[in-house]
Amino acid sequence: MKPQVSVSTASQLSAIILILTSSLLLGSCGSSENNVSKGNRTGTLHWGNGTEPQSLDPHIATGVPEHKIIIALMEGLVLKDRKTLEPRPGVAKSWEISDDGRVYTFHLRDNARWSNGDPHNAHDYVWSWWRALQPALGNLYAYMYFSIENAKEYYEGEISDFEQVGVKALDDLTLQVTLKNPTPYFLQLLDHYSLYPVHQATVEKFGSADQRGTRWTYEGNIVGNGAFQLRDWKINRRVVVERNPYYWNADNVRLNEIVYYPTENAITEERMFRAGQLHYSGTVPADKIATYQSNNDPALRIDPYLGIYFYRINVETPQLQDKRVRRALGMTIDRDQLTQRILKAGQIPAYAITPPGTMGYYPESDLRFDPEAARQLLADAGYPNGEGFPSTEILYNTSEGHRKLAVAIQQMWKKHLNIDVTLLNQEWKVYLNSVSMKDYQIGRAGWIGDYVDPNNFLDMFLCNGGNNRTGWCNPVYDELILKHAPEAKTQEERLEIFTQAEKMLLADMPVIPIYIYTSNNLVDPSVKNFSGNILNQPSFSEIYLEPDNGGQQ
Amino acid sequence: MDRLQAMEEKGSSLWRDAWIKLSKNYLALFGLGVIALLCIVSLLTPWIAPYGYEEQNLMLGATAPSLEHWLGTDIFGRDMLTRIMYGGRVSLMVGFIATAVALVIGVLWGAIAGFVGGRVDAVMMRIVDIMYALPFMIFIVLLMVVFGRNILLLFLAIGAVEWLTMARIVRSQVMSLRKQEFVEAAYSLGLSQWTIIRRHIIPNTLGPVIVYTTLTIPSVMLLEAFLSFLGLGIQPPESSWGLLINYGVETMEEYPWLLIFPGVTLSLTLFALNFLGDGLRDALDPRTSKD
Amino acid sequence: MLRFAFNRLLQAIPVLLIVISATFFLVHSAPGGPFSADKAVPPEVIRALEAQYNLDQPLWQQYVSYLGDVLQGDLGPSFKYSGRTVNELIAAGLPATAELAMYAMLVALIIGISAGVLAAMRPNTMQDYLPMSAAMLGICMPSFLLGPILVLVFGIHLEWLPVSGWGDIPGDKILPAITLGTGYAAYIARLSRGGMLEVLSQDYIRTARAKGLSEPLIIFKHALRGGLIPVVAFLGPAFAGLLGGSFVVETIFQIPGLGRFYVQAAFNRDYTMILGMTVFFATLIILFNLLSDMLALWLNPKLRQQAGGES
Repeated sequence: MKPQVSVSTASQLSAIILILTSSLLLGSCGSSENNVSKGNRTGTLHWGNGTEPQSLDPHIATGVPEHKIIIALMEGLVLKDRKTLEPRPGVAKSWEISDDGRVYTFHLRDNARWSNGDPHNAHDYVWSWWRALQPALGNLYAYMYFSIENAKEYYEGEISDFEQVGVKALDDLTLQVTLKNPTPYFLQLLDHYSLYPVHQATVEKFGSADQRGTRWTYEGNIVGNGAFQLRDWKINRRVVVERNPYYWNADNVRLNEIVYYPTENAITEERMFRAGQLHYSGTVPADKIATYQSNNDPALRIDPYLGIYFYRINVETPQLQDKRVRRALGMTIDRDQLTQRILKAGQIPAYAITPPGTMGYYPESDLRFDPEAARQLLADAGYPNGEGFPSTEILYNTSEGHRKLAVAIQQMWKKHLNIDVTLLNQEWKVYLNSVSMKDYQIGRAGWIGDYVDPNNFLDMFLCNGGNNRTGWCNPVYDELILKHAPEAKTQEERLEIFTQAEKMLLADMPVIPIYIYTSNNLVDPSVKNFSGNILNQPSFSEIYLEPDNGGQQ
Repeated sequence: MDRLQAMEEKGSSLWRDAWIKLSKNYLALFGLGVIALLCIVSLLTPWIAPYGYEEQNLMLGATAPSLEHWLGTDIFGRDMLTRIMYGGRVSLMVGFIATAVALVIGVLWGAIAGFVGGRVDAVMMRIVDIMYALPFMIFIVLLMVVFGRNILLLFLAIGAVEWLTMARIVRSQVMSLRKQEFVEAAYSLGLSQWTIIRRHIIPNTLGPVIVYTTLTIPSVMLLEAFLSFLGLGIQPPESSWGLLINYGVETMEEYPWLLIFPGVTLSLTLFALNFLGDGLRDALDPRTSKD
Repeated sequence: MLRFAFNRLLQAIPVLLIVISATFFLVHSAPGGPFSADKAVPPEVIRALEAQYNLDQPLWQQYVSYLGDVLQGDLGPSFKYSGRTVNELIAAGLPATAELAMYAMLVALIIGISAGVLAAMRPNTMQDYLPMSAAMLGICMPSFLLGPILVLVFGIHLEWLPVSGWGDIPGDKILPAITLGTGYAAYIARLSRGGMLEVLSQDYIRTARAKGLSEPLIIFKHALRGGLIPVVAFLGPAFAGLLGGSFVVETIFQIPGLGRFYVQAAFNRDYTMILGMTVFFATLIILFNLLSDMLALWLNPKLRQQAGGES
């Protein structure tokens, strides 16, 4: 190395800098067509998909982004209507249900094929469901199978013979499923990805059946039975699926491609949508919603969503052991103000845990905003005008939305009950740890339904329910949910039992319901057949692209 | 040689000279004035703030600046002026204290490593390398779990990362000074090491150190916001400038005033600090005294 | 100089070992495991998962086997991205991050040094105040603020440049490079101004001026070399910081880089991923600090005698 910077090195340096700069700027000129108008020409749907999928194995995946990709790649016995969510024929072209509601017989299509052309038949389901129930696989959704006879027993190792589980292939095209109890929502479960079939030969080619994290789900490897097949998967960049020519209904699939973009940041995703880089964005920042609404922008679609936002109360906290205190807290949250002034996206104030209208179920609730009565309750509990009430903490995981709500509720409790509440935000994993260890006093929570039935919400609060986490336990409640409801003769009787159980829950108030979620979607007007529904589940095989004003652009 | 002796004689009056020079630098005085004003306002905030920092008015919501609310209100209908005043208390405190922590550790570490050299230097700088490499976020989360939530921890956590670059800069400066003629001359004159460090090394490293310090304060104020998101630092409804700016960015199209006012306040502080820093540097520079 | 580099590389071995060990135990003691989720995870699933990733073994045993794997260049499987290895993920993220860091550094150096030198040539005049005020603005403009502003102006309102992407649409690399580079440009401007002022008041520059050499010649031939020493000391950590700290910019512009992986890994408690990224970044930091120290030696020959003695 020369000790001096000679003139020649300096000029070399500047030359290098010039070259690099020009390479950076290169190609920046020249008009480029945006994704949306280009996609409308080529039949490519550009889909904002939240985060990078962790797995595309339907028996391992758990998240919403994974869900949106898997439903394009795979399909269950039954599909759902894209508006009403009523069961529609999928791989099964028809089915019969026995009179006692326990035996389902499915008749499969003879033209169902895997995406590599292999025949797809009833044995695939027996094998796939066997696989999904292997404990070593670590399937978080194994409980979705538990309405099937002996599935729970098999999963928990009480019986070791899969023959005893209520799934049988009567012949190549007939599958018989026997349930433990009549389960009105069973057909819905079949459209959940945890009950999708997987291609045995492919899974076994890349590892054993119950092995996690094999490479069978990667591009070039994965074989599915859905309307699309995986073409490209670039980590943190995009997942591309293209139409599957072997799909039984391939003639009616109108999209050629879907490109999924993993954007963690809702604000980035909204800007991408506005710049015409996406046809769809599934997360709209709360403060943007008002702007879209005041512009009457048709892109904004708001629909009720099968999910509840609530606060858990750790009932072992000394000052929160008295249910009058918990009721008082629940009665002084002004939910109308929260939903209208802070959330702003048409969320529905919640006075019960189960969203109203779930499978015809409308919970009865005596909970309402009533500061006067709440003050009385608090006084009865020994804290007149909030005097002597120890400082209490609301725990939430770090997020703008949770923060806003907590700040407002903190102030409401101060104003109406004169009690001091502090806020504590924790990073996601720390928060999960605190909540599951019951190391909290009041904690923010949310629950999104996996299937449309009150049971999915109410069995959360069983004494040893993994998602209870409040320390609240009522054996009578448990008996209603675990014993009486499944054995109910009619749907009316069953719903009546749920109503009774939910009343008990609300009277004790180990959880404070706050609002019912809405799904807020931005959908480009050229996307047709996109229908909002309470599961926020799109039907990619029906969506097509058609610009309204075809002449423009 | 003459210069060296001249400096020796007036070494003790370095600070007084500096003050005289500083008082002639109007920009620096302006900076000092702004900082002093901000500090006074911060101290008096609980008595002079127009509203309470947690006083909400959900029906009002976010409104643009008006006669009642000079800097507008946020989505909870809270007065922005009040929130910026309260935020200043946190931000100024974090900015000054955490930077001071970083400054003391960084300068000492860098000066010792650079001056002693050899094995000591190698070991000390490798420790810096290790600290650079550790995953900061995990470190913070653990700190929180072990010690709970504590504002002192915030200073510690910020100080722990910010001193590293300072140490590297000081070290490189010290190493280059050590080989300068006037330092070698001082050695040959038989001055003690401590005298050399005090009289020659420290004054001559002050320039870059002051510059880097004025750069560190803003990044510390912004780092505080990140730590608050992790759960360390302050919790709502309290605020700091860093947090206000973070929230403001999210709604910059809808409610620009929520970003502009905290942003301008922070920038003003930084400009003031910067002018003051430059002034101090010039005033403390032993060589400019001869010009 | 070669001996210097060799010594430093030797020292890197214990440094890396300490970094790996400290991180390993830090990560394993952080609350919340890799498999905790919103919905309660049944104990049998946790057991199955832990067995799969050897988390059921005693910690020291995991540590020893991890060290063994790292020595063979195997950073293990990612816990979160089922089926991907950490090596694979780093290889997937590195190109975008490295390219972004390079462009950002370029932006930073060009703007920073020219502003700093301009300012130092006429201190306390408009030629000083203007670039330095701009630099201050650059510093108070963190990338999480500058990025969205640039996107709104150039991406959404003017529609000149894409709002996101990396190598997908022509011109999508410009805004990220500017966003990431600006903060560093500001630092470099301040540091180079300080360094230049320092040098310009040195005796040898006065001598050169007294000899009547032209100002540009003095600046470029004599002053720049010494004046940039503080910048060079800053460059090593800065470049490492650019590589690791590009998380915000990568998120704003939807760039498939390493920064996003690192932060996601920490949030997800993806142990092997955090460790792997830490090892990777530690190596880079050591290398870049070494390079920057070597550059400082090269610019300042007087230091070299000393460096020769450093063992």
